[in-house]
This record gives sequence, C-alpha cells and structure tokens, in this order.
Amino acid sequence: MRLLPLNRAIEERFLDYAGRPLAGARGKKNRRPAPLEMTVFGLAAREVAVGLAVVMRLAIAVGLVVAVSSFLAPRASAQVTSERLLNASKEPQNWLMYSGNYAGHRFSALDQINTSNAASLVPKWAYQTMVGGKFETTPLVVDGVLYGTGQEDRMFALDAKSGRPIWQYQRALPPDIKPCCGRVNRGFAILGDKVFAATLDAHVIALDSKTGNVVWDVESAEHGKGYSYTLAPLLIKNLVLVGVSGGEYGIRGFIDAYDAATGARKWRFYTIPGPGEPGHETWEGESWKIGGSPAWITGTYDPATNTTYWTTGNPSPSNRGEGRAGDNLYADSLVALDADTGKLKWHFQFTQHDEHDYDATQVPVMIDDGDRKLIAQANRNGFFYVLDRTNGKLISATSYAKVTWSTTKNAAGRPVPDKNAVPTPEGNRVCPGAAGSTNWMSPTYDPQTKLFYVTAREQCDIFATAPQPYEAGHAYYGSAYFPNDEAQPFWGALRALDPATGKVKWEWKHTSPTWAGVLSTAGGLVFTGDAEGNVIALDATTGKALWHFQCGSSVYASPMSFAVDGKQFVAVAAGSALFTFGLP
Amino acid sequence: MFTDHVNLQRTESLPRRVGAGLLFGAAALLILLAATAALRAQEKNPYAGDAKVAKLGEYQFRSNCAFCHGLGARGGGRGPDLTRANKRHGTSDAEIYHNIHDGIPGTAMPAATNGGIGVGMSDEEIWQVVTYIRSVEKKASAAEMGDAAHGKELFYGAAACGTCHMVNGKGGRLGPDLSSTGAARSVEYLTESLRSPSRRLALGLLEPLKDYSQEYETVTVVTSEGTKLQGVVLNEDSFTVQMLDTREQLHSFEKSKLRSYEKTRESLMPAYDVKTLPDKDLKDLIAFLLAASSQGGGK
Repeated sequence: MRLLPLNRAIEERFLDYAGRPLAGARGKKNRRPAPLEMTVFGLAAREVAVGLAVVMRLAIAVGLVVAVSSFLAPRASAQVTSERLLNASKEPQNWLMYSGNYAGHRFSALDQINTSNAASLVPKWAYQTMVGGKFETTPLVVDGVLYGTGQEDRMFALDAKSGRPIWQYQRALPPDIKPCCGRVNRGFAILGDKVFAATLDAHVIALDSKTGNVVWDVESAEHGKGYSYTLAPLLIKNLVLVGVSGGEYGIRGFIDAYDAATGARKWRFYTIPGPGEPGHETWEGESWKIGGSPAWITGTYDPATNTTYWTTGNPSPSNRGEGRAGDNLYADSLVALDADTGKLKWHFQFTQHDEHDYDATQVPVMIDDGDRKLIAQANRNGFFYVLDRTNGKLISATSYAKVTWSTTKNAAGRPVPDKNAVPTPEGNRVCPGAAGSTNWMSPTYDPQTKLFYVTAREQCDIFATAPQPYEAGHAYYGSAYFPNDEAQPFWGALRALDPATGKVKWEWKHTSPTWAGVLSTAGGLVFTGDAEGNVIALDATTGKALWHFQCGSSVYASPMSFAVDGKQFVAVAAGSALFTFGLP
Repeated sequence: MFTDHVNLQRTESLPRRVGAGLLFGAAALLILLAATAALRAQEKNPYAGDAKVAKLGEYQFRSNCAFCHGLGARGGGRGPDLTRANKRHGTSDAEIYHNIHDGIPGTAMPAATNGGIGVGMSDEEIWQVVTYIRSVEKKASAAEMGDAAHGKELFYGAAACGTCHMVNGKGGRLGPDLSSTGAARSVEYLTESLRSPSRRLALGLLEPLKDYSQEYETVTVVTSEGTKLQGVVLNEDSFTVQMLDTREQLHSFEKSKLRSYEKTRESLMPAYDVKTLPDKDLKDLIAFLLAASSQGGGK
C-alpha cells in the first residue's frame, strides 16, 4: 500500500529493516511535508553514526513544530476520555492502561474463558516485531485496536481481531543511549486521539492513535548521562506521568507529569530531595546529585484522594554504600504524590541504604478490605508489604521467598538490613540475588479470590566489591554480583499470597526463574509464562495448570485480556512475538 | 591515547598500505611507517606488570567479566578459566584486548561495549583487565605435564570416558562433549569433575533469553506402558522432558502422561576415586583434554 508520490530515494527511507513502510510514510496528507523528519526515520533504521545525532535532534525539533501545528484541530471519533480511564474496569473488552485499572489489579472482568473451557484454548494470531531482545510490552486495546510497544522503541497499532498492522512507528534512537538492562519498552498510555510513550532516549512522545504520526515530542533529560525510559506512562486527567530509568548510571531520579495536549511539563518530583528539603540529610555529602533512585515502573492512582502511588529504584552506585552514608531517601521507596502537583504526601522506604540492587519498582497494588484502604507490594527484596494507603503506615511485612539480607525488624515491623549481608572484597552470598525475589513483572490482585499472585524467583548471588569513581554516562555499580556457584539450581514459582496474612496459599513451580508477570480473570483463572517459553493458565483457587502453550522463547512480559466482537482474547509477548489466545 | 579497533585494523593491513605508500613518495611513507610503529607499540599492554593497575582491572573484571568467568577469573558457568596461560582464542596482549573489545564470534563472548553484557569498558579499562588477567595467570601447571598420549589411551580404553564423552568427533554423546573443555575449565575443575562428578553438574543447553542453562541431571522415568528408562535430561520445562537414555536413544515425554518421573542431581558418571584412577593417570587424562582442546584434535 504505497500512498505517496515519493521518489524512490525518499521512499526507501521510509522502509524499516523488514522492508515495510514506517509510520512517517503514512498520513502525510494531514501535515505539511517535513523532509528533515523523514530523514530522521530513514537514518534510524540504517545508521548509528555518532556525528548524526545532533542533526537528528534538530530534525526532531523541526518535526515537532510542524506536527503540533497541524494536530491541534479537533477530530470526531469515539475517544478515550479521562472518565473512561477512571471506569476502566467497567469496559472489560478494552484494556485502557498498563495494569488494566488505576488500582493496579491486572484483573480482567471477562469470563468467557474460564476454568471449564481453558483447556481448549488455541492460538489466534501472533505479531512479530522482528527485533531482538526482550519484548516486555503490555498492549492496550481500545474498541478493536491494539496498541503495543516493542524492543528498540518500535511501536505499532494492530487490528486486534486479526493481528494485522494498521501503523508502525520506529523511534530514531541516537547511538549513545544508555539503557542498563535491555532496549525495552513496556507499553503505551492513551487519552483522546493520542497514545503516549516514553522512549529509551529519555523523551516522552505523543503519537496520533490513528496514524502513528508524532504529535509532540519532549526531552525529559540527557540520555547521554544515563537517563532513559522503559515504562508505560500513566494517564491521570490530562497529565501523562512517567518515571525515569538510569539507576545504574548515577542519575538523579524523578517522576514527571506532562500536559497530554501539548507536552508541556506540569510538574517534576525529584526522588532525591535537594538541599533544604526533608530527607536530604539521608545522603552523604554531594552523593544526592548522583544518587540514582529512578522510578521505572508505572504507578497507580486513587481518584478518591487524588493520590498517585509510585515506586522507586536503587540508590547509585547500586551495589556499594560507601560514599552515600544514610538511608538514601527516597530510593527503594513508595511515594504518595498529589496527582495535580506532584507534591509528596508521604513515603515508605522498603530497603534502607540498599547495596543489593533491590529496586522497589514493582507495581503497588491498591486493595480495599472493608473500610481499610490498603496498598500492597511484593518487593524485589523478598518481603510482601501491606500499608495503609491513606498515611503510609506499615501493616505487615512477610517474606514470600528466601531472604538473607534482613533477619530482624524494627519496632514498626519493618525489615532492616543486616550488617553482615553487605558486599565484601571476597564476595558475600546474599538472597535474593541482584535480580530479586521478583522484579518489574506485574503481580495481579483478584477481587474474586482476594488473593495476590506474584512471580517469585529463588536465586542468590555473590556480591563482591568493585569500587569505581563516578563518571557521567558510565555505568555505576560499585560492586559486582554473579550467580552463586552452588550445587542446587535456581528455580521460580508463581505464588498466591493472602494479603490478610501474607501466607502463601499455593504455588506453581517454574523449572527456572522467570520474568513473566501475572494476569487474573473473572473466569477463575490466572495466566502467566515461564523462561522455557510456556504461556500457562492456572486455576486461581487451586494453582492447578489447566492449559499451556509453548511459544518458543522466554516470556518477558505480563499478560492482559480483551474482547473483540464478543470474543475474549488473552495476549502476551514471548520472544519477538505478541501472541493471542482464545477459544476455538 | 589507546589503540582502538580501527587503528588495529589499519595496522593489520600494513603491507598493502606500504605498497601504496611508495606511489605517494618517501615523505608519505615515512609518516605512515612512523604512525604504524606507534600503533604497534600500543598493541602491547601499556600497564604490563603494574600491580596497581591490576587491582583496578580486578574491579573492572568483577563488574564486566566475572558473571561468566567467575570470581578470580577461574571460570564460571559460561566462561572459560582465564588463569590458564594458553588461551583458546589467543594469548597475546593484542589478541586478548581484541577479544574483550570486539567479542568472539561464534561464542557467548560479547563485545565490551555499552549495551552488551556488563557495564561497558573504555580502552583504558580493557587494558586494566588485560593487566589483571596477566596477574592471575599460572604458567603451565603440574597437571599439564602429564602424558597426553597415555591419557588418550585411558580415555578410550581402561577409564572408558569415551563411552559417554566425545572429543573431536570420537566417542559417546550421553555426557558433555569434551573437545574444548580443556581450554575452558581449570585443572581444579576437571579434577573435581572426575573425582566427584555430582558436586557440580555439567551445564547443557542454554536458550537465548533464558537466565540459566540446563544441567546434566539424571532422570528416571516409567512410561505409561511400564517401561523404565534412565538417562540424562537434554531439556525440560514444566510440562515436557527431552531425555537421552543410557543407550543414547532420544525420548520426549509429556510429564503428566508418565507413570513416574524422577530427577536427581546424582550424576550418571561414576566417581573416579584414587583406586580406580591413580593421580598419575588422572594427570594424563587431563593432559589429553588440554592437548585436545589447544591443538584442535586429540591426535
């Protein structure tokens, strides 16, 4: 489908490495020609020359102006309003945000696929990004259209029924981006006629949901210094909320809010307090300037109090505490912010003065238990925390996996780090290892079973000091960790936790530690995946596996569910493909 | 100030360059030769023998290399022992530098650039690592003095290793192929593998994106028809197992359809104690493995 009368040379630039036209080639009739921007996309697919980076940025800026001026005109269509987002659970055929709803439940009210028929699930379609690396997206589905993000910031809209692409967008990534742990993107947010993404070069962008054309594009921070984005934004009212990555590069972390219409930044919350602010005293000397504390997983939101809950990652350097004496607030914390202003209401720190890379970047899940307003998190450090979400007071902290970094609790019941669990010159074996008892993969809360399901990893690491000076843009760990050389292999499990007691109700053993998240559905099912490539449906009450499908490569994503034309689908990324499953 | 990849390539194409240089006249040639001499010098480690730099290199090594090559460079799950003086992919400073800088095609060794495994290293840091590796290298160990020819006789004869292990295409396939094991593993590791093979099972298949390899675990199954089979796990997941039985027959089973499925970490390989395999013979066997892997054949 070649729409444009472009000469061959220009047209080629619109082809991605798989030979398909890129988003920039479409919908051109809606905008003035922006040849510089076209060149940007062409180069993205073919060139990674350092010298071109400056030209690219200039071109993006030019393209931005053009795009904004031509996209301000309103359009008629069924749009995703902020009211629809508030009531996302009431339209279960759609999946309107990263965790399915503002509470972070990752629960689907669809029950067409259920315990009685799950055994007959079959693959419906697969979409291949043909990009290597980890494919971590949670797609959105709105009225029959699926929006997803892939490795290397490749983005796409598909017909949700057939899996056939409607548009594709490839980010022009500069060569000097610094994603510590994979060139990944976990998904879009949506509002009105735009989808929003945060990119590996630390920009936040809005794309036209019908064409994939860039509507606005703003830089949050310098990617060359280690700032990047990997998360799906959170849309609240008219604001696009994002949290930055870069805890392995000595950044100063932040959570930002941008105007969905214009891209103008409305507020920024620095996750490390500056001079004069409370908490600043928890950093030694100047260490706060390079103290990390990123916020790389999507937060949740309580409209009743207009509070948004975000979690933060490790202090920098991630595995060495020398030079940053103190608790290092608000690293490894849950922060409750006013959604309009970004003002801090309260905080709770899970790991004080972390030296094991225990980012607290796991989705904080809101649970209402009678009158009690709770927020629960299965933390990377191995404890399952339940807090009062109105004031941040700790209610319980129970280990749900093997833990050796903390063996005592303070008077408030908070686990405190053991002095003898720190990295040493000879190497010190600590559990969980640096990848944690869980990680960014989403848990789910099922309001029917009232259970919290989480992917647990049972692995320990040896932490050995490796001091290094800070250097802008250079990875900043301060110690090394590697798999413990011991007789027993590491393993993993899907665990069903009772938030009331913290006890494990059942577990499904994985052959090896996995990076797949969990979805629960009204059909009495939980869906997950494993490192061996299986997508699995289990009975939410008993943990019995009812169905599985071998995708051929590890699952590095959290499943979601949607329906088109009355037919329920379950979707999850594995390898380089997005798979969907449904009844025959 | 350090040699980068491009410069080294330029040096390698010197003869052609010199030939062309003649056409440009003596001045150009002189400049070229002077530059080349400088670059050649930089192929040598500028920090050779510097203990302070070796310490910095140790820290770099921990952050970037130890994940595969182990603490102390003695070899880990994936990476070979680097304390061996003779390295399979090159032993000179320049070769080691290249292998770190550019990675080794056809192996799991990545380039030390940002975005690969580890935190990324500058040229200077790579030389620090080279200095560190030199500082922990052992010149030929006593075991390498064993009699490789006698080791080969043992391997395919009295010790019967060849029943299950292959070296350069000859032998069985129930156990891991040992063609490159001599270069990859420390002598201590090889000794342990012979004396107490169950202590650390050999690693098998590693799939892309998976964190951990399959291991050579022992499996015993009873099929739905009542047939009992024992062998090693080639691969498995939560639902299926692919195994090689002791007669080297490949089987694939759905676990739920088996009458019984039992896995142990007791290796199928017999433990060779001092009575079965005296120290001298053990040395000879290891010498055979070292020779086989460094010479590219167990001849």
